Amino acid sequence: MKRLLPHPLLTLTLAVLWLLLVNTFSAGHVVLGLILGWLIPFATASLWPQSVCIRNVPVLLRYLVVVTHDIVIGSFRVARLILGRPSSLRPAFITVPLELKTDLAISLLANTISLTPGTVSVLVSEDRRTLTVHSLDTEDAAAMVAEIKHRYEAPLKAIFESC
Amino acid sequence: MLELLLSVLILTGAIFTFIGSLGLARFRDFYTRLHGPTKATTLGVGCLLIASSIHFSVDGDLSLHEVLVTLFLFMTAPVSAHLLAKAALHLKLRSLTPTLKEGDDTPAHL
Repeated sequence: MKRLLPHPLLTLTLAVLWLLLVNTFSAGHVVLGLILGWLIPFATASLWPQSVCIRNVPVLLRYLVVVTHDIVIGSFRVARLILGRPSSLRPAFITVPLELKTDLAISLLANTISLTPGTVSVLVSEDRRTLTVHSLDTEDAAAMVAEIKHRYEAPLKAIFESC
Repeated sequence: MLELLLSVLILTGAIFTFIGSLGLARFRDFYTRLHGPTKATTLGVGCLLIASSIHFSVDGDLSLHEVLVTLFLFMTAPVSAHLLAKAALHLKLRSLTPTLKEGDDTPAHL
């Protein structure tokens, strides 16, 4: 089973991706998408050193909602900062200690931080223990670190690192 | 009614994209400038794509191309922002941001 279908999730994702690309839903395209989804993982196997495991689907869905919400709120906040006085900004580098271990989870955390307005992830330390984040307007760096850990890191840990 | 909704979405998208670009002109240093365009596009382009999706779905077939655009944008925008910021840190660009304290994860080893 494992040899015939190395990455079932990737297969499914690629099939859905194919349907979105052709922008039509028909039996023929579903089959073609599944065939592509089955073949491509073999060609790209070397790019997936660790197999991806996803647990806690409800947590994943809640995480997506939280991130979307933060993107919308953050966009308004950044828009206000841009239209306000740029000299009153308090930019800062903050260092977030990482509890995540897997590369996938760390890169997803860094991506989430960059996606939510007001923060950009700048550097992952070589030992993968800390993540440096640049924040546009910082009131309390410690509170910000706590929020990142609580809002983003904890759910990611529950989703990707509990198996 | 539909047209009103679409207009609101497109205008919101355009305004956010504009504000994002404005940030590029108004902010003073590289790191803060990075925030404007990368961020405003997420909501700005998001609104435009939702409008596009609704418009073409109502006209005829369901159109979900836009979901893909959003997906790819959300995957690539943070990566490019991260690489730009990392490069800036590597070059030790002059910035208004107080630099990291010694002993923190300084980019000194880079």
